[in-house]
Amino acid sequence: MASIKIRAKLRGGKVQVKTLMAHPMETGNRKNKKTGKKYPAHYIQEVTAEHNGNNVLTANWGPAISKNPYLAFDFKGGKKGDTIKISWADNKGKKDSREAKIR
Amino acid sequence: MKRRTFMKGAMTAGTVGIALSAGLLTPSAVLAAWPKSAFDAKSVKDALGDLGMSKGTKSSNIKIKAPDIAENGAVVPVTVTAKMSGVESIALLVVKNPSPLTSSYVMGPNTLGKISTRIKMGKTSAVMAVVKAGGKTYTTSKDVKVTIGGCGG
Repeated sequence: MASIKIRAKLRGGKVQVKTLMAHPMETGNRKNKKTGKKYPAHYIQEVTAEHNGNNVLTANWGPAISKNPYLAFDFKGGKKGDTIKISWADNKGKKDSREAKIR
Repeated sequence: MKRRTFMKGAMTAGTVGIALSAGLLTPSAVLAAWPKSAFDAKSVKDALGDLGMSKGTKSSNIKIKAPDIAENGAVVPVTVTAKMSGVESIALLVVKNPSPLTSSYVMGPNTLGKISTRIKMGKTSAVMAVVKAGGKTYTTSKDVKVTIGGCGG
């Protein structure tokens, strides 16, 4: 499942990582207009970023992150060709991860 | 590797412990590190307390880049830049959301104090960033006006 897009670029001594995840990010407060029932909450809770196997960022998310989330951050010490791995896990226990090379 | 697991453990032991004792965590959805009580908290103070943070001192070294007027509250792009060195974690809150905490970020040793994401805002509110660096907490906030269904502000 390709739910993650990653761009990692070396620029001026730091690596800029930009990532997009495909996820509904349902808050649990939105109602179905026909039935009046609430859509159950379904959102990413944890995103982790690894650089060559070392954790560079852990993000804890609540339902207030927008649908199809975007996350960008910078870190130092990366080289071209290094591996960046982004993983997410949601409140229903679903997981996904993807690797990309620094360009 | 060891250090990482230790830091994760130390950071979350407190909040998860509280949530567990209150019987709030359902086993199917437990993530070891996810601070549920902080995300459920209804006030900025409670949310930060559950994260082991305080409001801290106002700092001009943190910048929040967000639109002055957001036409669509469901997608508000926000960038937090903390210029101080040794940023350990950043929490991003929307003061008037039902649950103010939107997200929190724990930095690795080489990670810079900069985070961009997109958040949901229920109504016009202050967006607040709380940064922990070198054992101290700093904060700044920016007002964002939300026009729902309007054509421009």
